[in-house]
Amino acid sequence: MSSPIQLQPDETFVLNVGPQHPATHGVLRVKMEMNGEYIVNAETVIGYIHRMHEKMGENKTYPQYLMNLSRMDYLGALGYSHGHVLVVEKAAGIEVPERAEYIRAIMVELNRVASHLFWFGAFVMDLGGFSPLMYALQDREYILDMLEAVTGSRLTYCYFRFGGLYNDIDDDFIDAARRFIPRMRKSLIKYDKLVTGNIIFRKRLEGNALLSKETCRKYGASSAVARGSGINFDVRKNEPYSVYPDFDFDVPVYHEGDSLARYMVRMEEMEQSLRIIEQGLDKLPDGPIMPKKKPKLIKPPAGDYYQAVETARGSFGVRLVSDGTKTPYRLKLRSPTYSNMHLFDESCRGMMIMDALAFMGSLDLVIPEIDR
Amino acid sequence: MSLTLLNVIFAVVVAIAFAAANAAYLVWAERRGAARIQRRPGPNINGPFGLLQPPLDGIKLMAKQLIIPGGADKVLFIAAPVLAMYPAIMSFVTIPFSDTIVAHNINVGILMIFAFASTGSMSLIFAGWSSRNKYSMMSAVRAVSQSVAYEIPMLITTITVVMIAGSMDLMEIVHQQSRSILHWNIFPLLGKSHNLLMPASFLIFFICTLAETNRAPFDLGEAESELVAGFHTEYGSMGFGLFFMGEYANIVIGACMTTILFLGGWSCPFGLFPGVWWFLLKLYLLIATFIWIRWTFPRTTIYGLLNLSWKILIPLSLVNLLLTAGLIKVF
Repeated sequence: MSSPIQLQPDETFVLNVGPQHPATHGVLRVKMEMNGEYIVNAETVIGYIHRMHEKMGENKTYPQYLMNLSRMDYLGALGYSHGHVLVVEKAAGIEVPERAEYIRAIMVELNRVASHLFWFGAFVMDLGGFSPLMYALQDREYILDMLEAVTGSRLTYCYFRFGGLYNDIDDDFIDAARRFIPRMRKSLIKYDKLVTGNIIFRKRLEGNALLSKETCRKYGASSAVARGSGINFDVRKNEPYSVYPDFDFDVPVYHEGDSLARYMVRMEEMEQSLRIIEQGLDKLPDGPIMPKKKPKLIKPPAGDYYQAVETARGSFGVRLVSDGTKTPYRLKLRSPTYSNMHLFDESCRGMMIMDALAFMGSLDLVIPEIDR
Repeated sequence: MSLTLLNVIFAVVVAIAFAAANAAYLVWAERRGAARIQRRPGPNINGPFGLLQPPLDGIKLMAKQLIIPGGADKVLFIAAPVLAMYPAIMSFVTIPFSDTIVAHNINVGILMIFAFASTGSMSLIFAGWSSRNKYSMMSAVRAVSQSVAYEIPMLITTITVVMIAGSMDLMEIVHQQSRSILHWNIFPLLGKSHNLLMPASFLIFFICTLAETNRAPFDLGEAESELVAGFHTEYGSMGFGLFFMGEYANIVIGACMTTILFLGGWSCPFGLFPGVWWFLLKLYLLIATFIWIRWTFPRTTIYGLLNLSWKILIPLSLVNLLLTAGLIKVF
């Protein structure tokens, strides 16, 4: 890491990074006030892909809104749907069959691995290494094929229903998932050898963008950003939901707070997700995937409900305020990347542009999820 | 007189044809190589193994309009891509491929090639400056500091080789190494110098060649994830095409120089059938290594790059220079 130099106020210029820039992964715009290659000040500008998902939540009935959630984060869509169906089920008092919950957990974890794989490839590409992306996408393709066979879509799933699932999994899926686990473990070892051990990679990330615990807490950071800074918080462990208490898995925590720590956390999370999938397949109970008794029209009683879930990008919360009608009074979506991104403005000051963009890559931003 | 003129024209045409054909087909080789590393097919539709891809790409680029951005310095903007291509072509004139295949051998060949190679960074500065784009400008600034930092160890290493050969004539340097593999400057066990650090010199030269040609992991001038496309962000059409071809032509020059200075040029490692084929074999093996490195490593940072040059490569090459000088005196 290089130290920032003394700045003269009249020697700066504004560099407009984005909304169309290869490093911002979408339509994030960062106005960077630069002194040569050093960033004096940065301001993230969002809203280029705002689609009013929260407002749509107030106008659409509950089942109509199901498909919106998967359009938020197109890489880890199932986790977001999970949060939504859980909060509506809680509000409307719908019982979910155990098999359905297990399948949900398996699917969400598969989707988390897919999302982390894509992040891994894109992150290394931000650092200038092209090949890992192709390797990661090939593994991700395997997951997408599996999910497609069951859910019917590859990216924007609409798989979860209030009370259960749209489609049961079959033996083909179970076989494919069982074959996938050893294959993915092998790939993880390969990535470790190819990328993690690379000296240029390590030199660029060690000590890059140190985030303290306080900064993470101040901005409400979650996911690997918080866990890479030593905050041991995972919604699956700390506020258990669904069938996660049944699974034995660890939450990887690193205390360094640099980009390498965030990278390591995500890489180890993939292994933990594989463990959950393995246990889920072993414990998978028989039974129906939809409850026998389910209200025809979902009208939760008036009240205020909240459910947080751990998605691939961090803790995602849905707050549902119902007034007893068939549409919610208010649906607030707490998106994790929105909080993670705002770290960037403060933390990138004094960094060089290449370090700042490596830092941005380590935050795992998905812009449609920030803008909602 | 007229015969000499014909000779010159012939040499220039051959040099341009060789440089252009190499540049075009190295793009193909790079894309196929990258595809192989990344487990995908790569260009394979046009012609057998996609071999018609480069000429078709060339036609496409030539058919496009050259857009000059508003506010750009027109003269420099147009001159920059030409400047990227010409040093490589000029350098081919003096590179000997075998005892007989050389366009025009001059006794200060090394000096001429390095002089032209240095003007190559001019094109990056011109392109960055004239584009009137902040990304291009930053890229140009990086390119200057990079070429300053890497030409020094490269030249010091070259001086080491020149001292061993006692000549700046490329032919002479090859002749002096041509007896066996142990006379090559990379393993100088039997040659004039018995410097065991020469493999380090070879590595320094190789790294500097990577950096001089703006190849990954030193492609800070381009750095697409940071500076969009660096100095050629604003170039389309054949302006971009010339930059692209210039990059590959420079790679060929760099690999040629490495072959001549360290790997014994056209001499065979076992003394069998010395000739141009050995030169080409060594040349393309080096280029394959270039491609391999590019698709395997991530990019370094600008301070990492400068630290490597000023703190490691320059002191090491100086030590090697002194050691070689001493050893030549002793033996």
